[in-house]
Amino acid sequence: MAENILSVNNLKVIFDNHTILNNISFDVKRDDTLAVLGPNGAGKTVLFRALLGLIPYEGKIEWAPNINIGYVPQKLSVGKDIPLTVAEFLQFKEKDMNKIYLVLEEVGFQKEAEHIHNDRRVLKTRIGALSGGELQRVLIAYALLGDPQVLLFDEPTTGIDVAGEETIYGLINKLQAKVDLTIIFISHEIQVVNQYAVNVLCLNREQISFGPPLKVIDKETLNKLYGGEVHLHVHNINVLHAGEHTHHHEC
Amino acid sequence: MNANIIFLLFVGALVGAASAYLGSFMVLKRMSLVGDALSHVALPGIAVALTFGINPMLGALVALLIATVGIWYLSDHTEVYPEALVGVFFTASLSLGLLITPEPELLEALFGNIDKIGLSDGVLTFAGAIIIFTVTYLISKKLLLGVISDDLAKSQGINISKINLIYLLMVALVVALGVKFLGTLLTGAMVIIPAASAKNIARGVKDFHFLAIFFGVLSSIVGILIARYFGISSGPAVVLTSVVLFIFSYIFKNK
Repeated sequence: MAENILSVNNLKVIFDNHTILNNISFDVKRDDTLAVLGPNGAGKTVLFRALLGLIPYEGKIEWAPNINIGYVPQKLSVGKDIPLTVAEFLQFKEKDMNKIYLVLEEVGFQKEAEHIHNDRRVLKTRIGALSGGELQRVLIAYALLGDPQVLLFDEPTTGIDVAGEETIYGLINKLQAKVDLTIIFISHEIQVVNQYAVNVLCLNREQISFGPPLKVIDKETLNKLYGGEVHLHVHNINVLHAGEHTHHHEC
Repeated sequence: MNANIIFLLFVGALVGAASAYLGSFMVLKRMSLVGDALSHVALPGIAVALTFGINPMLGALVALLIATVGIWYLSDHTEVYPEALVGVFFTASLSLGLLITPEPELLEALFGNIDKIGLSDGVLTFAGAIIIFTVTYLISKKLLLGVISDDLAKSQGINISKINLIYLLMVALVVALGVKFLGTLLTGAMVIIPAASAKNIARGVKDFHFLAIFFGVLSSIVGILIARYFGISSGPAVVLTSVVLFIFSYIFKNK
Protein backbone atom coordinates (compact mmCIF):
# COMPACT_ATOMS: atom_id res chain seq x y z
CA MET A 1 0.00 0.00 0.00
CA ALA A 2 1.31 3.41 -0.99
CA GLU A 3 2.12 5.84 1.78
CA ASN A 4 -0.04 8.87 2.53
CA ILE A 5 1.22 12.11 1.09
CA LEU A 6 -1.44 14.11 2.90
CA SER A 7 -3.46 13.42 5.97
CA VAL A 8 -6.21 15.78 7.12
CA ASN A 9 -7.88 15.28 10.47
CA ASN A 10 -10.85 17.17 11.87
CA LEU A 11 -10.08 20.30 9.92
CA LYS A 12 -12.06 23.36 10.89
CA VAL A 13 -11.79 26.86 9.45
CA ILE A 14 -13.49 29.85 11.03
CA PHE A 15 -13.66 33.35 9.54
CA ASP A 16 -15.18 36.18 11.58
CA ASN A 17 -17.08 33.74 13.79
CA HIS A 18 -18.51 31.94 10.76
CA THR A 19 -17.57 28.30 10.41
CA ILE A 20 -16.56 27.89 6.79
CA LEU A 21 -15.31 24.33 7.03
CA ASN A 22 -15.98 21.75 9.68
CA ASN A 23 -15.23 18.09 10.36
CA ILE A 24 -13.04 17.49 7.34
CA SER A 25 -10.94 14.31 7.47
CA PHE A 26 -9.35 12.50 4.55
CA ASP A 27 -6.09 11.00 3.34
CA VAL A 28 -4.39 11.20 -0.02
CA LYS A 29 -2.00 8.51 -1.13
CA ARG A 30 1.15 9.31 -3.04
CA ASP A 31 0.53 9.45 -6.81
CA ASP A 32 -3.26 9.43 -6.43
CA THR A 33 -5.75 11.89 -7.84
CA LEU A 34 -8.27 13.46 -5.50
CA ALA A 35 -11.20 15.61 -6.60
CA VAL A 36 -12.89 18.07 -4.30
CA LEU A 37 -16.53 18.34 -5.33
CA GLY A 38 -19.08 20.81 -4.07
CA PRO A 39 -21.38 23.69 -5.01
CA ASN A 40 -20.38 27.35 -5.04
CA GLY A 41 -19.62 28.61 -1.56
CA ALA A 42 -18.96 25.12 -0.24
CA GLY A 43 -15.51 26.10 0.97
CA LYS A 44 -13.46 24.33 -1.70
CA THR A 45 -11.03 27.17 -2.25
CA VAL A 46 -10.85 27.75 1.51
CA LEU A 47 -9.85 24.10 1.89
CA PHE A 48 -7.05 24.66 -0.62
CA ARG A 49 -5.89 27.78 1.15
CA ALA A 50 -5.76 25.85 4.40
CA LEU A 51 -3.85 23.01 2.72
CA LEU A 52 -1.34 25.56 1.45
CA GLY A 53 -1.01 27.05 4.91
CA LEU A 54 -2.27 30.47 3.81
CA ILE A 55 -4.97 30.77 6.46
CA PRO A 56 -5.30 29.77 10.10
CA TYR A 57 -7.22 26.58 10.88
CA GLU A 58 -7.99 24.13 13.65
CA GLY A 59 -7.34 20.40 13.39
CA LYS A 60 -4.50 18.68 11.62
CA ILE A 61 -3.09 18.96 8.12
CA GLU A 62 -0.06 16.73 7.68
CA TRP A 63 1.92 16.66 4.47
CA ALA A 64 4.64 14.06 3.95
CA PRO A 65 8.00 15.57 4.88
CA ASN A 66 9.91 17.69 2.33
CA ILE A 67 7.01 17.82 -0.04
CA ASN A 68 7.04 20.36 -2.85
CA ILE A 69 3.58 21.66 -3.72
CA GLY A 70 2.68 23.32 -7.01
CA TYR A 71 -0.37 25.51 -6.81
CA VAL A 72 -2.45 26.44 -9.86
CA PRO A 73 -4.74 29.32 -8.90
CA GLN A 74 -8.07 29.81 -10.61
CA LYS A 75 -7.06 33.16 -12.02
CA LEU A 76 -4.60 35.99 -11.56
CA SER A 77 -5.49 39.27 -9.96
CA VAL A 78 -4.18 41.49 -12.75
CA GLY A 79 -5.69 43.69 -15.41
CA LYS A 80 -5.44 42.72 -19.07
CA ASP A 81 -2.92 45.48 -19.64
CA ILE A 82 -0.18 44.36 -17.23
CA PRO A 83 3.16 44.64 -19.05
CA LEU A 84 4.41 41.20 -18.12
CA THR A 85 5.24 38.56 -20.68
CA VAL A 86 4.81 34.82 -20.20
CA ALA A 87 8.61 34.44 -20.23
CA GLU A 88 9.07 37.05 -17.51
CA PHE A 89 6.39 35.39 -15.42
CA LEU A 90 7.93 31.92 -15.73
CA GLN A 91 11.36 33.37 -14.96
CA PHE A 92 10.11 34.39 -11.54
CA LYS A 93 10.61 30.72 -10.75
CA GLU A 94 13.18 29.37 -13.18
CA LYS A 95 16.18 31.04 -14.79
CA ASP A 96 17.11 28.13 -17.07
CA MET A 97 15.30 28.65 -20.40
CA ASN A 98 15.78 25.00 -21.36
CA LYS A 99 13.74 23.93 -18.37
CA ILE A 100 11.09 26.45 -19.32
CA TYR A 101 10.95 25.03 -22.87
CA LEU A 102 10.54 21.50 -21.51
CA VAL A 103 7.69 22.48 -19.23
CA LEU A 104 6.01 24.45 -22.01
CA GLU A 105 6.01 21.35 -24.17
CA GLU A 106 4.60 19.38 -21.29
CA VAL A 107 1.59 21.70 -21.14
CA GLY A 108 1.11 21.62 -24.90
CA PHE A 109 3.07 24.52 -26.35
CA GLN A 110 5.11 22.84 -29.09
CA LYS A 111 8.55 23.83 -30.26
CA GLU A 112 7.01 25.05 -33.48
CA ALA A 113 3.37 25.23 -34.44
CA GLU A 114 1.23 26.99 -36.98
CA HIS A 115 -0.65 29.19 -34.57
CA ILE A 116 1.43 31.76 -32.77
CA HIS A 117 0.00 30.85 -29.39
CA ASN A 118 0.60 27.14 -29.76
CA ASP A 119 4.36 27.22 -29.55
CA ARG A 120 7.25 28.88 -27.79
CA ARG A 121 6.33 32.23 -29.24
CA VAL A 122 3.78 32.35 -26.45
CA LEU A 123 6.70 33.36 -24.22
CA LYS A 124 6.72 36.81 -25.78
CA THR A 125 3.00 37.29 -25.27
CA ARG A 126 1.71 39.48 -22.51
CA ILE A 127 -0.04 37.52 -19.74
CA GLY A 128 -3.18 39.59 -20.25
CA ALA A 129 -3.42 38.73 -23.95
CA LEU A 130 -3.73 34.97 -23.34
CA SER A 131 -7.06 33.19 -23.65
CA GLY A 132 -8.45 31.53 -20.54
CA GLY A 133 -7.20 28.10 -21.61
CA GLU A 134 -3.75 29.39 -22.52
CA LEU A 135 -3.43 31.18 -19.20
CA GLN A 136 -4.39 28.00 -17.35
CA ARG A 137 -1.71 26.08 -19.21
CA VAL A 138 0.85 28.76 -18.41
CA LEU A 139 -0.17 28.61 -14.75
CA ILE A 140 0.22 24.83 -14.82
CA ALA A 141 3.64 25.28 -16.41
CA TYR A 142 4.55 27.69 -13.61
CA ALA A 143 3.48 25.15 -10.98
CA LEU A 144 5.41 22.36 -12.74
CA LEU A 145 8.61 24.42 -12.80
CA GLY A 146 9.18 23.77 -9.12
CA ASP A 147 9.29 19.98 -9.77
CA PRO A 148 6.37 19.44 -7.42
CA GLN A 149 5.25 16.11 -6.02
CA VAL A 150 1.76 17.53 -5.54
CA LEU A 151 -0.31 19.75 -7.82
CA LEU A 152 -3.28 21.66 -6.46
CA PHE A 153 -5.72 22.84 -9.15
CA ASP A 154 -8.39 25.32 -8.22
CA GLU A 155 -11.29 24.76 -10.67
CA PRO A 156 -9.01 24.41 -13.65
CA THR A 157 -11.69 25.17 -16.23
CA THR A 158 -13.58 28.16 -14.87
CA GLY A 159 -14.26 30.61 -17.67
CA ILE A 160 -12.83 28.39 -20.38
CA ASP A 161 -14.72 27.24 -23.48
CA VAL A 162 -15.50 23.57 -24.08
CA ALA A 163 -12.51 22.95 -26.35
CA GLY A 164 -10.17 24.59 -23.87
CA GLU A 165 -11.72 22.55 -21.09
CA GLU A 166 -11.00 19.30 -22.92
CA THR A 167 -7.40 20.37 -23.42
CA ILE A 168 -7.00 21.10 -19.72
CA TYR A 169 -8.51 17.80 -18.60
CA GLY A 170 -6.51 15.98 -21.25
CA LEU A 171 -3.47 17.61 -19.72
CA ILE A 172 -4.45 16.61 -16.19
CA ASN A 173 -4.93 13.09 -17.47
CA LYS A 174 -1.43 13.17 -18.97
CA LEU A 175 0.00 14.49 -15.72
CA GLN A 176 -1.65 11.64 -13.81
CA ALA A 177 0.62 9.27 -15.70
CA LYS A 178 3.68 11.08 -14.38
CA VAL A 179 5.57 9.19 -11.75
CA ASP A 180 5.19 10.54 -8.23
CA LEU A 181 2.79 13.34 -9.00
CA THR A 182 -0.21 13.58 -6.74
CA ILE A 183 -3.03 15.71 -8.11
CA ILE A 184 -5.74 17.39 -6.09
CA PHE A 185 -8.30 19.33 -8.09
CA ILE A 186 -11.44 21.28 -7.34
CA SER A 187 -14.45 20.76 -9.55
CA HIS A 188 -18.19 21.10 -9.53
CA GLU A 189 -18.68 18.80 -12.50
CA ILE A 190 -19.60 15.26 -11.60
CA GLN A 191 -18.65 13.76 -14.98
CA VAL A 192 -15.16 15.18 -14.70
CA VAL A 193 -14.78 13.83 -11.18
CA ASN A 194 -15.98 10.38 -12.26
CA GLN A 195 -13.62 10.32 -15.17
CA TYR A 196 -10.40 11.49 -13.58
CA ALA A 197 -10.46 11.12 -9.81
CA VAL A 198 -9.45 8.06 -7.82
CA ASN A 199 -11.13 9.49 -4.75
CA VAL A 200 -13.54 12.34 -4.26
CA LEU A 201 -14.14 14.54 -1.25
CA CYS A 202 -17.71 15.84 -1.36
CA LEU A 203 -17.88 19.10 0.46
CA ASN A 204 -20.57 21.51 1.47
CA ARG A 205 -19.07 23.32 4.44
CA GLU A 206 -18.99 19.92 6.10
CA GLN A 207 -17.62 16.73 4.74
CA ILE A 208 -20.44 14.84 3.07
CA SER A 209 -18.57 11.84 1.82
CA PHE A 210 -15.13 10.65 0.84
CA GLY A 211 -14.07 7.71 -1.29
CA PRO A 212 -14.04 6.45 -4.89
CA PRO A 213 -16.48 8.61 -6.92
CA LEU A 214 -18.64 5.76 -8.12
CA LYS A 215 -19.16 4.56 -4.58
CA VAL A 216 -19.71 7.79 -2.73
CA ILE A 217 -21.58 10.05 -5.18
CA ASP A 218 -25.13 8.82 -4.70
CA LYS A 219 -28.53 10.45 -4.56
CA GLU A 220 -28.16 11.34 -0.89
CA THR A 221 -24.77 12.95 -1.40
CA LEU A 222 -26.05 14.94 -4.35
CA ASN A 223 -29.00 16.07 -2.30
CA LYS A 224 -26.70 17.31 0.43
CA LEU A 225 -24.42 18.95 -2.10
CA TYR A 226 -26.91 20.62 -4.36
CA GLY A 227 -30.15 20.51 -2.34
CA GLY A 228 -33.23 21.29 -4.44
CA GLU A 229 -31.16 21.44 -7.58
CA VAL A 230 -30.78 17.70 -7.60
CA HIS A 231 -33.42 17.21 -10.30
CA LEU A 232 -31.16 19.12 -12.65
CA HIS A 233 -28.66 16.33 -12.32
CA VAL A 234 -30.97 13.45 -13.16
CA HIS A 235 -28.92 12.76 -16.25
CA ASN A 236 -25.78 12.53 -14.16
CA ILE A 237 -27.40 10.22 -11.67
CA ASN A 238 -28.42 7.87 -14.47
CA VAL A 239 -24.91 7.84 -15.77
CA LEU A 240 -23.79 7.23 -12.26
CA HIS A 241 -26.05 4.25 -11.72
CA ALA A 242 -24.97 2.75 -14.99
CA GLY A 243 -21.44 3.24 -13.86
CA GLU A 244 -22.13 1.63 -10.54
CA HIS A 245 -23.58 -1.44 -12.25
CA THR A 246 -20.52 -1.93 -14.37
CA HIS A 247 -18.48 -1.44 -11.29
CA HIS A 248 -20.32 -4.20 -9.46
CA HIS A 249 -20.05 -6.54 -12.42
CA GLU A 250 -16.38 -5.98 -12.53
CA CYS A 251 -16.16 -6.86 -8.89
CA MET B 1 25.53 76.15 -18.15
CA ASN B 2 26.87 76.72 -14.66
CA ALA B 3 27.74 74.12 -12.08
CA ASN B 4 24.66 74.89 -10.02
CA ILE B 5 22.19 74.01 -12.75
CA ILE B 6 24.03 70.79 -13.51
CA PHE B 7 23.82 69.91 -9.83
CA LEU B 8 20.08 70.65 -9.78
CA LEU B 9 19.50 68.64 -12.94
CA PHE B 10 21.38 65.75 -11.36
CA VAL B 11 19.32 65.87 -8.17
CA GLY B 12 16.11 66.25 -10.18
CA ALA B 13 17.00 63.30 -12.40
CA LEU B 14 17.70 61.13 -9.34
CA VAL B 15 14.35 61.98 -7.79
CA GLY B 16 12.62 61.43 -11.13
CA ALA B 17 14.29 58.06 -11.64
CA ALA B 18 13.70 56.74 -8.11
CA SER B 19 10.08 57.86 -7.91
CA ALA B 20 9.28 56.48 -11.37
CA TYR B 21 10.85 53.11 -10.54
CA LEU B 22 8.75 52.81 -7.38
CA GLY B 23 5.75 54.12 -9.26
CA SER B 24 6.02 51.33 -11.80
CA PHE B 25 5.08 48.88 -9.06
CA MET B 26 2.42 51.15 -7.62
CA VAL B 27 0.63 51.45 -10.96
CA LEU B 28 0.51 47.65 -11.21
CA LYS B 29 -0.64 47.30 -7.63
CA ARG B 30 -3.53 49.60 -8.50
CA MET B 31 -2.78 51.84 -5.57
CA SER B 32 -1.89 54.90 -7.60
CA LEU B 33 -3.29 57.29 -5.04
CA VAL B 34 -1.15 55.99 -2.21
CA GLY B 35 1.92 57.89 -3.39
CA ASP B 36 -0.11 61.02 -3.86
CA ALA B 37 -1.73 60.75 -0.46
CA LEU B 38 1.54 59.89 1.27
CA SER B 39 3.15 63.01 -0.13
CA HIS B 40 0.61 65.12 1.76
CA VAL B 41 1.56 63.40 4.98
CA ALA B 42 4.96 65.03 4.62
CA LEU B 43 3.54 68.49 5.31
CA PRO B 44 3.24 68.35 9.11
CA GLY B 45 6.74 66.87 9.24
CA ILE B 46 8.10 69.74 7.18
CA ALA B 47 6.28 72.24 9.39
CA VAL B 48 7.78 70.82 12.55
CA ALA B 49 11.24 70.70 10.97
CA LEU B 50 10.97 74.33 9.83
CA THR B 51 9.87 75.41 13.27
CA PHE B 52 12.90 73.77 14.86
CA GLY B 53 15.30 74.68 12.07
CA ILE B 54 16.02 71.11 10.95
CA ASN B 55 16.33 69.98 7.31
CA PRO B 56 12.69 69.72 6.09
CA MET B 57 13.56 66.50 4.23
CA LEU B 58 14.28 64.80 7.54
CA GLY B 59 11.10 66.15 9.09
CA ALA B 60 9.13 64.89 6.11
CA LEU B 61 10.83 61.52 6.32
CA VAL B 62 9.92 61.03 9.99
CA ALA B 63 6.27 61.97 9.37
CA LEU B 64 6.14 59.69 6.35
CA LEU B 65 7.67 56.73 8.15
CA ILE B 66 5.15 57.03 10.96
CA ALA B 67 2.25 57.30 8.52
CA THR B 68 3.53 54.40 6.39
CA VAL B 69 3.90 52.02 9.29
CA GLY B 70 0.49 53.16 10.54
CA ILE B 71 -1.21 52.51 7.21
CA TRP B 72 0.55 49.19 6.79
CA TYR B 73 -0.33 48.04 10.30
CA LEU B 74 -3.98 49.06 10.06
CA SER B 75 -4.51 47.59 6.61
CA ASP B 76 -2.95 44.36 7.81
CA HIS B 77 -4.80 44.15 11.09
CA THR B 78 -8.20 45.70 10.49
CA GLU B 79 -10.96 45.23 8.00
CA VAL B 80 -10.91 48.86 6.86
CA TYR B 81 -10.34 49.27 3.15
CA PRO B 82 -6.77 50.59 2.62
CA GLU B 83 -7.89 53.34 0.24
CA ALA B 84 -10.21 54.68 2.93
CA LEU B 85 -7.35 54.61 5.44
CA VAL B 86 -5.11 56.47 3.06
CA GLY B 87 -7.84 59.06 2.54
CA VAL B 88 -8.21 59.62 6.28
CA PHE B 89 -4.45 59.89 6.88
CA PHE B 90 -4.02 62.21 3.98
CA THR B 91 -6.74 64.75 4.78
CA ALA B 92 -5.90 64.70 8.47
CA SER B 93 -2.22 65.41 7.90
CA LEU B 94 -2.84 67.99 5.21
CA SER B 95 -5.14 69.94 7.55
CA LEU B 96 -2.72 69.62 10.43
CA GLY B 97 0.18 70.63 8.22
CA LEU B 98 -1.63 73.71 6.86
CA LEU B 99 -2.32 74.85 10.41
CA ILE B 100 1.18 74.48 11.76
CA THR B 101 3.36 75.39 8.78
CA PRO B 102 4.80 78.91 9.23
CA GLU B 103 3.04 81.14 6.69
CA PRO B 104 6.13 82.38 4.78
CA GLU B 105 7.22 78.81 4.07
CA LEU B 106 3.79 77.44 3.24
CA LEU B 107 3.93 77.95 -0.52
CA GLU B 108 7.37 76.42 -0.67
CA ALA B 109 6.29 73.43 1.41
CA LEU B 110 3.30 72.84 -0.83
CA PHE B 111 4.95 73.27 -4.22
CA GLY B 112 8.68 72.99 -3.59
CA ASN B 113 11.49 75.34 -4.42
CA ILE B 114 14.38 73.96 -6.35
CA ASP B 115 16.60 76.96 -5.55
CA LYS B 116 16.59 75.96 -1.89
CA ILE B 117 18.25 72.63 -2.65
CA GLY B 118 21.72 72.66 -1.17
CA LEU B 119 24.67 70.30 -1.21
CA SER B 120 23.48 68.39 1.86
CA ASP B 121 20.12 67.78 0.15
CA GLY B 122 22.01 66.53 -2.88
CA VAL B 123 23.97 64.08 -0.77
CA LEU B 124 20.79 62.87 0.99
CA THR B 125 19.06 62.44 -2.37
CA PHE B 126 21.98 60.48 -3.79
CA ALA B 127 22.15 58.16 -0.78
CA GLY B 128 18.37 57.77 -0.73
CA ALA B 129 18.20 56.94 -4.43
CA ILE B 130 20.85 54.24 -4.04
CA ILE B 131 18.92 52.70 -1.14
CA ILE B 132 15.66 52.82 -3.10
CA PHE B 133 17.07 51.21 -6.23
CA THR B 134 18.95 48.50 -4.36
CA VAL B 135 16.21 47.51 -1.95
CA THR B 136 13.40 47.70 -4.50
CA TYR B 137 15.36 45.69 -7.04
CA LEU B 138 15.98 42.99 -4.44
CA ILE B 139 12.28 42.64 -3.60
CA SER B 140 10.99 43.28 -7.13
CA LYS B 141 10.27 39.65 -8.08
CA LYS B 142 8.40 38.95 -4.87
CA LEU B 143 6.55 42.23 -5.12
CA LEU B 144 5.42 41.48 -8.67
CA LEU B 145 4.42 37.93 -7.85
CA GLY B 146 2.31 39.32 -5.01
CA VAL B 147 0.68 41.74 -7.44
CA ILE B 148 -0.14 38.92 -9.84
CA SER B 149 -1.51 36.57 -7.21
CA ASP B 150 -1.33 36.96 -3.49
CA ASP B 151 -2.06 33.27 -2.91
CA LEU B 152 0.50 32.12 -5.46
CA ALA B 153 3.18 34.25 -3.81
CA LYS B 154 2.24 33.07 -0.33
CA SER B 155 2.15 29.44 -1.46
CA GLN B 156 5.82 29.88 -2.39
CA GLY B 157 6.55 30.99 1.14
CA ILE B 158 6.84 34.70 0.36
CA ASN B 159 5.91 36.96 3.25
CA ILE B 160 3.82 39.44 1.28
CA SER B 161 3.01 41.56 4.29
CA LYS B 162 6.71 42.14 4.97
CA ILE B 163 7.44 42.84 1.30
CA ASN B 164 4.62 45.39 1.19
CA LEU B 165 5.97 47.15 4.26
CA ILE B 166 9.45 47.39 2.76
CA TYR B 167 7.95 48.71 -0.44
CA LEU B 168 5.86 51.35 1.33
CA LEU B 169 8.91 52.46 3.32
CA MET B 170 10.74 53.00 0.03
CA VAL B 171 7.81 55.09 -1.21
CA ALA B 172 8.00 57.14 1.98
CA LEU B 173 11.70 57.68 1.37
CA VAL B 174 11.24 58.79 -2.22
CA VAL B 175 8.51 61.23 -1.23
CA ALA B 176 10.82 62.70 1.41
CA LEU B 177 13.51 63.12 -1.23
CA GLY B 178 11.07 64.84 -3.56
CA VAL B 179 9.41 67.33 -1.21
CA LYS B 180 12.01 70.07 -1.46
CA PHE B 181 12.10 69.78 -5.20
CA LEU B 182 8.38 69.36 -5.97
CA GLY B 183 6.56 70.12 -2.72
CA THR B 184 4.09 68.00 -0.83
CA LEU B 185 1.30 68.48 -3.33
CA LEU B 186 3.22 67.49 -6.44
CA THR B 187 5.66 64.77 -5.37
CA GLY B 188 3.02 62.08 -5.80
CA ALA B 189 2.68 63.05 -9.45
CA MET B 190 6.24 61.96 -10.17
CA VAL B 191 5.55 58.56 -8.66
CA ILE B 192 2.52 57.95 -10.84
CA ILE B 193 2.73 59.83 -14.14
CA PRO B 194 6.00 58.46 -15.62
CA ALA B 195 4.97 54.92 -14.63
CA ALA B 196 1.51 55.35 -16.13
CA SER B 197 3.10 56.62 -19.36
CA ALA B 198 5.46 53.65 -19.45
CA LYS B 199 2.58 51.24 -18.93
CA ASN B 200 0.90 52.62 -22.04
CA ILE B 201 3.67 51.45 -24.31
CA ALA B 202 5.76 48.80 -22.53
CA ARG B 203 5.50 45.24 -23.79
CA GLY B 204 7.29 43.46 -20.99
CA VAL B 205 8.14 44.24 -17.40
CA LYS B 206 11.79 45.08 -18.11
CA ASP B 207 10.84 47.69 -20.73
CA PHE B 208 8.24 48.93 -18.34
CA HIS B 209 10.71 49.72 -15.53
CA PHE B 210 13.21 51.13 -17.99
CA LEU B 211 10.67 53.39 -19.73
CA ALA B 212 9.26 54.61 -16.40
CA ILE B 213 12.72 55.63 -15.25
CA PHE B 214 13.45 57.19 -18.63
CA PHE B 215 10.23 59.26 -18.52
CA GLY B 216 10.95 60.26 -14.91
CA VAL B 217 14.43 61.49 -15.71
CA LEU B 218 13.33 63.21 -18.92
CA SER B 219 10.46 65.01 -17.18
CA SER B 220 12.77 66.31 -14.46
CA ILE B 221 15.49 67.52 -16.80
CA VAL B 222 13.22 69.09 -19.40
CA GLY B 223 10.95 70.57 -16.71
CA ILE B 224 13.82 72.17 -14.78
CA LEU B 225 15.32 73.62 -17.97
CA ILE B 226 11.97 75.04 -19.09
CA ALA B 227 11.44 76.54 -15.63
CA ARG B 228 14.89 78.15 -15.78
CA TYR B 229 14.37 79.50 -19.27
CA PHE B 230 10.98 81.06 -18.60
CA GLY B 231 11.66 81.96 -14.98
CA ILE B 232 8.73 79.90 -13.70
CA SER B 233 8.40 77.52 -10.76
CA SER B 234 10.14 74.21 -11.43
CA GLY B 235 7.71 71.83 -9.65
CA PRO B 236 4.71 72.52 -11.90
CA ALA B 237 7.00 72.65 -14.97
CA VAL B 238 8.33 69.15 -14.23
CA VAL B 239 4.89 67.71 -13.54
CA LEU B 240 3.41 69.29 -16.68
CA THR B 241 6.28 67.95 -18.76
CA SER B 242 5.52 64.47 -17.49
CA VAL B 243 1.85 64.98 -18.33
CA VAL B 244 2.79 65.93 -21.90
CA LEU B 245 4.85 62.73 -22.13
CA PHE B 246 1.87 60.81 -20.80
CA ILE B 247 -0.34 62.24 -23.55
CA PHE B 248 2.22 61.24 -26.19
CA SER B 249 2.46 57.73 -24.75
CA TYR B 250 -1.34 57.47 -24.79
CA ILE B 251 -1.53 58.50 -28.45
CA PHE B 252 1.25 56.06 -29.27
CA LYS B 253 -0.58 53.27 -27.42
CA ASN B 254 -3.68 53.63 -29.56
CA LYS B 255 -1.77 53.44 -32.81
